[in-house]
Amino acid sequence: MATIEISGVSKIFKDAKRKSDVTALSNVDVTVKKNEFLCLLGPSGCGKSTLLNMIAGFDKPTAGTVKVDGQVVEAPGSDRGVVFQQANLMPWLPVWENVAFHLKMRGAMKAERREKAQLYINMVGLTGFENHFPSELSGGMNQRVGIARALLMNPGVILMDEPFGALDEQTRMDMQNELVRIWEEHKGTIVFVTHGIDEALTLGTHVAVMSARPGRIAELIHLDLPRPRDITSPRFNDVKRHILDLLRPSGAAHG
Amino acid sequence: MASLMRYGRPERFIVPVLILAGWEMFSRSGALPPALLPAPSAVAWAWADWIFNIDGNTQSYAGHWIFDVMASTWRVAAGFAIATILGVALGIAIGWSRLIEVTIEPTLQMLRPIPPVSWIPLAIIWFGIADKPAIFLVFLGAFFPILINTIHGVKTVDRNLIRAGAMVGGGQHQLLRFIVLPAAMPSIFAGLRISIGSAWMLTVTAEMVAVKSGVGYVLWDSYYFLRYDIVIAAMASIGLLGYLSDLLIRMISARVLRWQQGTTLSGSEG
Repeated sequence: MATIEISGVSKIFKDAKRKSDVTALSNVDVTVKKNEFLCLLGPSGCGKSTLLNMIAGFDKPTAGTVKVDGQVVEAPGSDRGVVFQQANLMPWLPVWENVAFHLKMRGAMKAERREKAQLYINMVGLTGFENHFPSELSGGMNQRVGIARALLMNPGVILMDEPFGALDEQTRMDMQNELVRIWEEHKGTIVFVTHGIDEALTLGTHVAVMSARPGRIAELIHLDLPRPRDITSPRFNDVKRHILDLLRPSGAAHG
Repeated sequence: MASLMRYGRPERFIVPVLILAGWEMFSRSGALPPALLPAPSAVAWAWADWIFNIDGNTQSYAGHWIFDVMASTWRVAAGFAIATILGVALGIAIGWSRLIEVTIEPTLQMLRPIPPVSWIPLAIIWFGIADKPAIFLVFLGAFFPILINTIHGVKTVDRNLIRAGAMVGGGQHQLLRFIVLPAAMPSIFAGLRISIGSAWMLTVTAEMVAVKSGVGYVLWDSYYFLRYDIVIAAMASIGLLGYLSDLLIRMISARVLRWQQGTTLSGSEG
């Protein structure tokens, strides 16, 4: 049974100021099964974040339906954990309060929140930083807090919108390895938006390569590369070459 | 350590000492009759008697300072508290809900430019001559800065934080309480600091016209008796009280907003 079902989804943004409509997505069909790790890969403007936002419930499709576990998505909810491009932590709360924010919303007592938070703080490797404020941490550490916050809800689906985009190369690779480790240990369905080919090929069980204007899925690639993935292996490069061909504008493809 | 150095700096006293010394010399020079511009020493003497009843030179006020201060402080505190509760609550409602905004904001914006002191006649006929008209005036003066700053604070909340809150399962009530209110706190405190100044101005104004006690009443009453030393001592008292109440708000603010420390210019000063 599919965890996420996207069928016939289009999204048109009405631009009232400029009196022109922008078609962000056109007739997209994707299915993500339980415990799959789908990477949405494409250039900016291909609608990959829009697609993610619709699964999260922040946006609604103009046509078509988005279903999670058989339910049509109407609004954001704690069954879908989102890790944002910027960590979007509450700057007035220390790390542990941010991690346990879901429990605060549910009115849980402080002791329970503190205890549960600690579990996930340890999981993302932030032990010792429980009482720091977000402004006192680096971008990578803040992203870890954001991941811990999403994991604590124990959601069936985790949605990640270029979460490592703002990090330096070294930190990004560390975070990718960590994410794969957490995913392998705890399972769960992940949809991960990225514009990095290496990142998509390092992380996903599937890569949906998207093209822009209008946004649609050019090809859904199943990756059966062994883990940990070697970004210098010939098979890795074969897939990468194929994706690069897909991403190049058709006219200049073999120029 | 840094703050010790700051308070230990002697240069902060240079300007006040020069002003007081110049004033003292000018008053003693005889250019003006001493009764019209009492020297700082005379003011200090009157002030001391007003506080401690030293030689009774301030007559019925001698030793009465603390009661006058408490009367004024009570009015400021009451009016300021009502203004804070209503200003923050209404500000959040207006900032959050477009419907509430279009329903009541135009009315409030029309009331805002009316100077609070122009309400004095109505305040007196509604509330009589006592604490109430003063509290009402303080409320009017303190309410609008708190309201406007709260609205601004709510409207500038990062939309992504609201999304994050909705993502972790927060309903509207929880988003308001756990995200919008704390996110608006820096603006709210800016409003409180503006308002506390207005609050003192309006207490004193009300006491000069509509109340028979408090520092402002002493100031105006002394003017009738040509006791300009007491007038100036009352002015200095108001300045001191205003300074202390602002300091209190800054201390509370530093505590509530301690998460800003190191991220803002003001935060680095504590």
